[in-house]
Amino acid sequence: MPFLPVFLTTDVLLWLLVCVSAGYGWYCRRHAHLAAPWVRVFQTRTAVVSVVILTPYLLVGLADSLHFRTRLEQVGAGSAASYSPEVLSLLDIAASHLRSRREKTYSAPFATRLYAKEQIELADGRQVRDFPRLQYGGAHLRDEEERVVDMSRRAAAGLAAAAALWILLAWVVKPLRRRWAAVPWGAAWWTVGPLLVIAAPVLLLSEGYHVFGTDKVGQDVLYLSLKSIRTSLVIGTLTTLAMLPFGIGFGIVAGYFRGWVDDLIQYVYTTLNSIPGVLLIAAAVLMMQVYVDMRPELFPTAAERADFRLLMLCGILGVTTWTGLTRLLRGETLKLSELEYIQAAHAFGVSNARILTRHILPNVAHIVIITVALEFSALVLTEAVLSYIGVGVDPATTSFGTMINAARLEMSREPIVWWSIAAAFAFMLVLVLAANLFADTVRDGFDPRVRMVAIAA
Amino acid sequence: MLRALLLFAVTALAGCGEVWNDPYPASERTSNTLYSAFVERPKHLDPVQSYTEDEARFTQQVYEPPLQYHYLKRPYELIPLSALEVPKPREIEGGKFTVYEIRIRPGISYQPHPAFVAGNHALAPARIARLKSPYELPAATRELVADDFIYQIKRLAHPRLHSPIYGLMAEYIVGMAEYSEQLRKADTKKGEWLDLRRFPLKGVERVDSHTYRVTLKGRYPQFVYWLAMPFFAPVPWEAEKFFHQPGMQPRNFTLDWWPVGTGPYMLTENNPNARMVLERNPNFRGEAYPSEGEPEDAQAGLLADAGRTVPFIDRVVYSREKEGIPYWNKFLQGYYDTSGIGSDQFDQAVRVAIEGEAQLTQEMEARGIGLQTSVATTIIYVGFNWLDPVVGGSSERARKLRQALSIAVDMEEYLSIFANGRGLVGHGPLAPGIFGWRDGEQGINPVTHVWKDGAARRRPLEEAKRLLAEAGYPDGRDAKTGQPLVLYLDARTTGPGDKPRLDWWRRQFEKLSVQLEVRETDWNRFQEKIRKGSQQIFILGWNADYPDPENFMFLLHGAQSRMKSQGENAANYANPEFDGLFERMKNMENSPERQKIVDRMTDIARRDAPWIWGFHPKDFSLSHGWLANVKPNNMARNGIKYLRADVEKRAALRREWNRPVLWPLVLILVVLAGSAVPAIVGYRRRERMAARPAS
Amino acid sequence: MLAYIVRRILYAVPILIGVNLITFVLFFVVNTPDDMARMQLGTRRVTPEAIEKWKGEHGYDRPLLWNASAGGLGKATQTVFFEKSVKLFALEFGAAEDGRDIANEIRARVGPSLALAVPVFLVGLAVNITFALFLAFFRATYLDFWGVTLCVGMMSISALFYIIGGQYVASKLWHLVPISGYAGGLDALKFVVLPVVIGVVSSFGTSARFYRTIFVEELTRDYVRTARAKGLAETSVMFGHVLRNAMIPILTGLVVAIPALFFGSLITESFFGIPGLGSYTIDAIQAQDFAVVRSMVFIGSVLYVLALLFTDISYTFVDPRVRFE
Repeated sequence: MPFLPVFLTTDVLLWLLVCVSAGYGWYCRRHAHLAAPWVRVFQTRTAVVSVVILTPYLLVGLADSLHFRTRLEQVGAGSAASYSPEVLSLLDIAASHLRSRREKTYSAPFATRLYAKEQIELADGRQVRDFPRLQYGGAHLRDEEERVVDMSRRAAAGLAAAAALWILLAWVVKPLRRRWAAVPWGAAWWTVGPLLVIAAPVLLLSEGYHVFGTDKVGQDVLYLSLKSIRTSLVIGTLTTLAMLPFGIGFGIVAGYFRGWVDDLIQYVYTTLNSIPGVLLIAAAVLMMQVYVDMRPELFPTAAERADFRLLMLCGILGVTTWTGLTRLLRGETLKLSELEYIQAAHAFGVSNARILTRHILPNVAHIVIITVALEFSALVLTEAVLSYIGVGVDPATTSFGTMINAARLEMSREPIVWWSIAAAFAFMLVLVLAANLFADTVRDGFDPRVRMVAIAA
Repeated sequence: MLRALLLFAVTALAGCGEVWNDPYPASERTSNTLYSAFVERPKHLDPVQSYTEDEARFTQQVYEPPLQYHYLKRPYELIPLSALEVPKPREIEGGKFTVYEIRIRPGISYQPHPAFVAGNHALAPARIARLKSPYELPAATRELVADDFIYQIKRLAHPRLHSPIYGLMAEYIVGMAEYSEQLRKADTKKGEWLDLRRFPLKGVERVDSHTYRVTLKGRYPQFVYWLAMPFFAPVPWEAEKFFHQPGMQPRNFTLDWWPVGTGPYMLTENNPNARMVLERNPNFRGEAYPSEGEPEDAQAGLLADAGRTVPFIDRVVYSREKEGIPYWNKFLQGYYDTSGIGSDQFDQAVRVAIEGEAQLTQEMEARGIGLQTSVATTIIYVGFNWLDPVVGGSSERARKLRQALSIAVDMEEYLSIFANGRGLVGHGPLAPGIFGWRDGEQGINPVTHVWKDGAARRRPLEEAKRLLAEAGYPDGRDAKTGQPLVLYLDARTTGPGDKPRLDWWRRQFEKLSVQLEVRETDWNRFQEKIRKGSQQIFILGWNADYPDPENFMFLLHGAQSRMKSQGENAANYANPEFDGLFERMKNMENSPERQKIVDRMTDIARRDAPWIWGFHPKDFSLSHGWLANVKPNNMARNGIKYLRADVEKRAALRREWNRPVLWPLVLILVVLAGSAVPAIVGYRRRERMAARPAS
Repeated sequence: MLAYIVRRILYAVPILIGVNLITFVLFFVVNTPDDMARMQLGTRRVTPEAIEKWKGEHGYDRPLLWNASAGGLGKATQTVFFEKSVKLFALEFGAAEDGRDIANEIRARVGPSLALAVPVFLVGLAVNITFALFLAFFRATYLDFWGVTLCVGMMSISALFYIIGGQYVASKLWHLVPISGYAGGLDALKFVVLPVVIGVVSSFGTSARFYRTIFVEELTRDYVRTARAKGLAETSVMFGHVLRNAMIPILTGLVVAIPALFFGSLITESFFGIPGLGSYTIDAIQAQDFAVVRSMVFIGSVLYVLALLFTDISYTFVDPRVRFE
């Protein structure tokens, strides 16, 4: 094989999540009552627009979740095949031009020279102090004067491609439009337009320039931003996944059985809640770090270590956030178990386990779905803050938090290096905003009370 | 209503003066004060415990040990401070013991302090509970006597004070170890004052009121350097007695937080969370500004004040600044007079670093900001664990591997990226300015560099690749198994900002197709790994205690191996020839012969390459044009007394640089007011709608 | 009612023990007493004897949780955990590992923390509720739509950007307020203005939208319809009925936020150089000062438990239907 697949735990979980979601979607299609809220969601323009915006994020994140090691050339004749110790992802291959073209240090967006002056030795041996040319950024230009022309040529080509694609897309959408008439395809199409208009020229420009500049060690900031997306997605989704078993289990059990079970569960979550969250997370993260340090043999590569830390961070965040969901579910279950049909089930001697899974769980599912949707963006923001204060992801992991953290040094430089923080800001804002909007429509679609309000208003 | 509020706001702000963003009270604006910042709160200000530079910047202004380093001269030179002259060692009993006789300057008085008023030694607990600062009590002074120095030396052995140099001193000062044991037995009542005057220490005797003698076992020429550190500064017994009154400790009134000394300043406000204030000691005897220095000092104006009495500045305000951005920006706005980082910050986790340029920008030059750099007596190195099966040991294979890596790690690039060029590439264990260090062609490390066109140049990567192949890893892969070579670097986490640095390290090894796995851990775990000897490659630093080659070479001394004997040799390097030379060199006076031995040791170490010699960071400090006599001094932190500030100029420039920009504020208010319009319109419409019958 | 309060307070004891146990375990899994000693004794020339001595003096030379060598009850009591925890319940915090008295430190830092947190809390509350009422009043109009959009937009920006950006613009570019620092008394004003504004702005989106949801939900209730039917003006419906009835959910959210107030904003405090409890805690974590971390966690949980109790009591004032069981 030319490569050896590497299964990082978060990769597996993320893909598992994708499969489960797909399965759930398929299941929903066959059950009208389950599909109904989703139909309501996708009939709103906001939902469609935000899904269109989220899709590229998702694609980038998933592409970055397929890891492998490439094969090295054979050295001896009989020796076994050996693989490069470096773990790459599909995204790394797709963006290899961004990954491999590293400058020495900072350079501004679209720059052809470094951001700081250096001693340069001229051909005749003289030393001058000037801004050195970049190794890659704009290196194809024979004369730096051509830069603007070259850039506009690339941008124009990008725009043309975008326009062509856009029109093509209108064609593709047509049959879909006929199939699901209620979905506002127009809104989707109008969202794709601007996305293409931005993405295509950036793509073409990134071939020759560093569109978002380079960071301290000369890495392309666009590449870093793309790599950060996966971290955000993992934190946003896997954390809720880690939280769900606790949240749902404890919540409905406490609400259903009451008595000492309820007391115990309440005790546990009040205790956890009363510890200031950041302290709990910081302590847990440090603890896990020690675990990793004590057992280096379990995590032979940096990628695995960083991945374990990311996974554990999800777990820790999950443990500290499950209490909210538990409280909600406990309240709802208390209410539900008073209802006649549950009482009736009791009277017929239906087992507790059956009542819980067949009657209670489906009826609180909407709360779970709403919570998951709402939590996503909050978690993405939390990751940034935690990484900023140093108890977040592994320093070797690229994330928006680590980018912002680096910016605190960059902003105290003179002259100021603004592009990393600007890139992190833009990428994060769009992601979180889209996620928030989507979560809103999900809530509107699922929450019976909100629906009533919408009708009344 | 809104207009009234606005009016109020404007008048209220106008009351603050023309500058709105002055973090200091308006009344201080023209006072003769120096403004500076500190990042980490000091842990100990007691001279027996304080060891870091963060603390030294406070303790060294207050405490005066017998000696100090000359402010301007380089290489560093010891001169008397509270002593009359630099003591000469005198050997007795045929070299079995060495005696230092220290004569102190008569007529030195302590700062005013309540401890010198006998009535303050038996305060009512209620009185203590009401105190905000010990200086609220009546204060007095007394003359400095030899007993105070002796008292402090005894305190080094105090069982309840953890002096970091006790272990070292117990090896040398006669009777120190037994003394500590004696005190431990006598110290039965916890929290109560142990009057050390009652217990004589054999190796330290009082000759007369202003002379004392210290007797050392064997020879220890480096002892004089210790006499320039606060460990040997005088401490009056009254202060200990005063601070040991019941009720003092819970109010944080301890000698650890309220130093009592004879120096030019006294610590009058002590709030390590926010600010520390030093004020001029009215009883300070006065000291003349040095009249000699390095040749270029006169040109730099550093000798303009020669002979004048120091200190020039009345008050020093240190503000706590934990984040880099505010620190830097406040400096640029003129609210800190100097900016810079100490060089021992690699010791502990640092979260803040100022990213100032080694090269001043035009804007900064226009503002009159000056840059002073000096090479620190520090080395930051990459060590190879000598006990590691892959990179360690004296085998030819491992040596070639280490040499190859030493060439590949491009320290010049590291300095330019991460230190803005503030540093010198290391070529051996010694830091510049230390006896035995060599400059120029003689000083280069032939393993990694060649001398060409009058400069040291790193050997080409091809040579590293060749060495790697000779070591048995052609193209970074084991010649026998074909497996890629993976090495492990243990580093200390300093925060999420580490990523670029880690990436850089990985890239250096990648140049040889060697995969580097960086294992980052917190400081404790890192230390533990090194103690156990389970690290492979690691980064550490050493900051000289005193300017002597012994203080660097001992880091490679086999007997000081960290794993075997908890010493400072973290690489566990051991080479019998090197060790033998070290024992000879250790207690020698500086001489050509010593130079020869040091050269030989350096050569051995270079060839064995137990360290990648890393770099020597440059201490740098940026200072505003109104501050005179700034010269970084790596060995001493007591330079504040020499600084002079042009207060008028500072006030004028601060005003000029900080004029508030008001239009955005007005704009924001207008926008906010404007956004109320649709609300009002909507409200009117609603009201009218409500009046209609419901449809 | 008194009996109820007493019962609730007794109920708090196991919670506090649990909290203590969790902190203790989390902390000591990470750090051994040796680590703590090394941290305090510095990094240079530290001998094993010095470490043993330090541990002995600071009471870390006993087993952590279970003393097998002691007899009877001593197995559980002659341990680091027991000795260090019991004192907390008497509110004796003792000295930090660096020797400074913790109670003293807390007293000194509460002021700055509150000077920042209370205005953020009150101003934030006023602004958010006003805005939410405004949106609820104009629900389902373009004003509501754009208002909610504004909220969603603002809550999608990380608080870090507000802090970094706000400080950069207001202090660095416009020279309006000092970049960082703190002073007691009235002088505090110029230091806390910007952090307060940033604090309010960064919580604005989430809170205003949350309150709007509550109000809008309240507006669908029957009593509102009745009030309207009586011919009450929309304004008096909003303020007289809706606001009052929405108090319960609002209170629930608010009171629980009070302990967080006490801790202040961890990041804001260190960014603006305000010497409050938040930065104290962060420093302590970084310096691995267990005495401080444990005390702060303990205070935090005491406040939380008290806040819960206070919430329940305050319900009775807001809503007469709520009675103590």
